[in-house]
Amino acid sequence: MFMNTRSNFDESLKELKSMQLKMAGEAETAIKNAMLALLNQDIELAHSVINGDNVIDDLEYEIHEKALMLIARQSPVAKDLRRLHVALRVSSEVERLGDIAVNIAKSAVHIGNEKHVKELIDIPHMMEIALEMLTDAITAFYSEDSAMAQKCAEKDDQVDKMFGELVQELLTYIPQNPDFTNQIIQLAFVCRFIERMADHSTNIAENVVYLETGKRYNLNA
Amino acid sequence: MVTAIKERITLDVTAQEYREFQPEHILTVKNLEIFYGEKRAVNGISMDIGKNNVTALIGPSGCGKSTFLRSINRMNDLIPGARAEGEILYEDLNILSDDINVVALRKEIGMVFQKPNPFPKSIYENITHALKFAGMKKKSVLDEIVEESLQKAALWDEVKDRLHKSALSLSGGQQQRLCIARTIAMKPTVILLDEPSSALDPISNAKVEDLIVDLKKDYSIIIVTHNMQQASRISDKTAFFLSGDLIEYDDTEKIFTNPSVQKTEEYISGRFG
Repeated sequence: MFMNTRSNFDESLKELKSMQLKMAGEAETAIKNAMLALLNQDIELAHSVINGDNVIDDLEYEIHEKALMLIARQSPVAKDLRRLHVALRVSSEVERLGDIAVNIAKSAVHIGNEKHVKELIDIPHMMEIALEMLTDAITAFYSEDSAMAQKCAEKDDQVDKMFGELVQELLTYIPQNPDFTNQIIQLAFVCRFIERMADHSTNIAENVVYLETGKRYNLNA
Repeated sequence: MVTAIKERITLDVTAQEYREFQPEHILTVKNLEIFYGEKRAVNGISMDIGKNNVTALIGPSGCGKSTFLRSINRMNDLIPGARAEGEILYEDLNILSDDINVVALRKEIGMVFQKPNPFPKSIYENITHALKFAGMKKKSVLDEIVEESLQKAALWDEVKDRLHKSALSLSGGQQQRLCIARTIAMKPTVILLDEPSSALDPISNAKVEDLIVDLKKDYSIIIVTHNMQQASRISDKTAFFLSGDLIEYDDTEKIFTNPSVQKTEEYISGRFG
């Protein structure tokens, strides 16, 4: 009796989603490369992360344009409307993730080839958890899976705890290594950037829950 | 029951005065079933219609929404083989009861149709025709009602200098507002609108929509519309019908942002219909 309709609109929503996945993939790669640049003191790689951020910024702009065009022309309601609202919000979160990659890369440039004050073990570990969160958040977003979104957000406490402990530890190095003050401060910044990265992933996860339920949740509480 | 409507008319208690004593709901529908011969078009629906609200009825063609709308002022009586079971309570009267004075009922519960259908008479006579028929003859009273009705229908300024010109000289949008004015002139409490702006251009449509929102101060309005955006713009409550069932009935805001039933979501987002 009834036929399926709006195939053009559904096709546009699919295109929008693949643009978002592409953007998330770019941001994830940028963050991984920034971390590699820091660990391996690869200044060239750090510069390529810094110079490549415009790709992520452009994708955000394209996603916003497309979402606004669909709102204007397709009169979306209910979940369709939330989906476009979430596309705008998530792409802004991912754009910030791109900025975080740039910030980490800039810290790598500031530290340059100076020998590390200590072997970097905890920072990569913290980054590993934050990257898991990002992967979970993007997967949850892709599959519109609230349960996975919740799981992602649960790891945020772990990252917050590590951030507090690591910064405390780094500060204790300054009195014994005054010549390394700049490096230690840059490493503390990196910890802060990773902590923010986990927050952005949590925000993406919250948007997934909102998309599914129509209700706002503070998964970070 | 019949006497209630009759008494009110004889005592000349205005609908406005009467409403002040009334509860929050203007109509209560209980297990309403409507049949065309053997075929059941409405399958036992129950709902309360809010007073001074705009209630939108939406759903694909053949879902029973217009049948339901027409049952509220007994327009289905005109269709051979149509019958209704259950109750539609208007104040304390069951509208479906056999002893209801249908003419009196239609004064209380007026109706405006999809296509503007003014009488081929002057603008003035379109409004006074039914009033005169009801025995109202005094020119000063008629003049007053004409002005008041046209004012309320947001048409007065456009037609005040040509009240005695043919109503057919008006644009489609003006004709539809004249039909609304004609309904208002009878001082109803409920106005039923059956896709009132589907035949109008966007500007006339916008005027009719503004008018509907304005009118709910004084009347309770039930509108059947195929235009989902119209339902979302102007109504307080929305009822979604499908195959004769009332699938979901809730605040319009809820229906268009986060409906509870998957079928509603699919319909309002245009996924089927």
